[in-house]
Amino acid sequence: MSADANPLLAIDNLQVGFDGEAGRVRAVDGVSFSIAAGQTVGVVGESGCGKSVTAASILRLVPSPPGVMLGGQIRFDGRDILAMKREDLAALRGREIAMVFQDPMTSLNPVFTVERQMGEVLALRFGLGRAAAAERSIAMLRTVGMPDPAARLAVYPHELSGGMKQRVMIAMALLCEPRLLIADEPTTALDVTVQAQILHLMRELQRKAGTALLFITHDMGVIAEMCDAVVVMYAGRVVERRPVVNLFERPRHPYTHGLLRSIPRRGTAYKALLPTIEGTVPSLLKPPPGCRFAARCQHQQSLAAESQRRCAEVDPMLAADGDGWVACHFPLNGATS
Amino acid sequence: MTAPLLEVRDLHKRYPVRGGILSRTVGTVRAVAGVSLSVQAGQTLGLVGESGCGKSTLGRTLMRLEEPTSGQVLFDGNDLAHASGDALFKLRREMQMVFQDPYSSLNPRLTVGEIVREPLIVHRIGSKAEQLERVRELLATVGLGTDALQRYPSEFSGGQRQRIGVARALSLNPRLVIADEPVSALDVSVQSQVLNLMVQLQRERGLAYVFISHDLSVVEHVSDVVAIMYLGCIVEMGPVRQIFDRPAHPYTRTLMQAIPSGNPRVRREAAPLEGETPSPMSPPAGCAFSSRCPFVVEACRQAVPPLEHVGTPNPTPGREHVAACIRLEAVGA
Repeated sequence: MSADANPLLAIDNLQVGFDGEAGRVRAVDGVSFSIAAGQTVGVVGESGCGKSVTAASILRLVPSPPGVMLGGQIRFDGRDILAMKREDLAALRGREIAMVFQDPMTSLNPVFTVERQMGEVLALRFGLGRAAAAERSIAMLRTVGMPDPAARLAVYPHELSGGMKQRVMIAMALLCEPRLLIADEPTTALDVTVQAQILHLMRELQRKAGTALLFITHDMGVIAEMCDAVVVMYAGRVVERRPVVNLFERPRHPYTHGLLRSIPRRGTAYKALLPTIEGTVPSLLKPPPGCRFAARCQHQQSLAAESQRRCAEVDPMLAADGDGWVACHFPLNGATS
Repeated sequence: MTAPLLEVRDLHKRYPVRGGILSRTVGTVRAVAGVSLSVQAGQTLGLVGESGCGKSTLGRTLMRLEEPTSGQVLFDGNDLAHASGDALFKLRREMQMVFQDPYSSLNPRLTVGEIVREPLIVHRIGSKAEQLERVRELLATVGLGTDALQRYPSEFSGGQRQRIGVARALSLNPRLVIADEPVSALDVSVQSQVLNLMVQLQRERGLAYVFISHDLSVVEHVSDVVAIMYLGCIVEMGPVRQIFDRPAHPYTRTLMQAIPSGNPRVRREAAPLEGETPSPMSPPAGCAFSSRCPFVVEACRQAVPPLEHVGTPNPTPGREHVAACIRLEAVGA
């Protein structure tokens, strides 16, 4: 990650909790990273690691209650989002920052036609009238690869297939020409051929408009395909941050290493046993005092007793290590095996 | 030369679509349109395709959880599609299913011990003591301790629930397990645990699998033979290495190109195939892929192309590489 002095988005020590019957879960516990203008950053991690809550926090979409902002800062173009007034926030949403979700129905209204929903965005953002808005909407639907775009304006969301709904949502997000597009698992529900289309489209639009992209995903293939830099999250924490090639070729956190190795990929020996990460993620109600990954860490098990004790007792801080950042007392130094 | 464990001949499954106030049949969805395939004992057939291609319906029709419209499903030479009563009951012991969603495929009101034991009770196998002993064995096989016996599915993670589903499927000692997207709902690190379990069980027990998945990397990893489905038809089938290294059908090639490489140094620049799968209610005439195929000619729309050998025919049963395309030469296969 570049040491950019003026990032477009800077998240600093973000902490978000959720209050439940059993107590407070610290879903996001001290997350920091930044995105430069025009850059694509991927946040990767498994379910419950806090990646989606981090994304939702950027637009202040975490429902409260049960969500509680416990600390940290999110600055967009120098402005403090968490301290912003409601009307300023509304002006930011859908204009400078847009978001697409895994489930298109979270952003499409089932009772309005595609034309009305797209037109509303354009009226709010650019003050366009109906005819001008329709024209711009058709052009954008064509850009996102919608077959027969003019005819689609009159339909309701339920009349469209999953891939087409996703396209409408992405078209709506792009209509406002945002400077930052946050995409939370945007292609997870789609077929591989449609996923390839949507990713291609996002890359093309980024090239043309210089939009910065924040990709939230569990799919390392999508990360490798799309991102300049990667943030790896585990149990509410960032465990590693690095430019994408360096992360894939020289991961330094044992969790990143394990994650990359456990994916079956071209060339893995047929029916060979895959390397696994045994065990499960610790409870965030009462996280362990030391490294949150220690109980599952194979690397840690190969260390001397004293070092193991350090992993179990002392919380590792995210520290710079040359080409990136890693939160590990004894980071790996080799290439992926 | 041995006969295949499972042989499917020209299987069809159509659903009527009803509409209007009289619920008249207004159309037909052809979910499975003339599928023929075979699975050898101890081997894995990977069944690949995108949503709506009919792969799950095919899996359910093989188990006869859906009634086939026509065709034969021969298990060890016995026709499952037309069996009834006792014969069907006995055949079902030999075939079991593992489902995609480990959250909805286990009864939340039964303990894990009861879930795994239920098939033994239904099929009246052993005394109560023997059944309980068998349940303990099964749980150990899938890597769960006996403390799981008295607990409920809600107390387990997704990966552990999938292990419970596998233990249940194994309780009757089946020879064939049909696994419908068994790891799709799981996290990456848990996915590899469940895949390893399935591979190990196959080695130890000689299980055969029909492994249904949309994830090509997973299918490549576990399969001996791979069948590619598109709109209810198998468009290509063959040994795993040939399908992945030398795909012949234009649709298979499209799928292979659509998989991200997993290497940030090798990114796709070419524009991907356009369009989406047509509706199974109104499939294109002739070849199902003709509406999207870059190699399409008029003859493709005239008749459904038959599965034909790619290259020199391999005489070993179950090792043939076949594709349903009349343009293989133009495609360069």
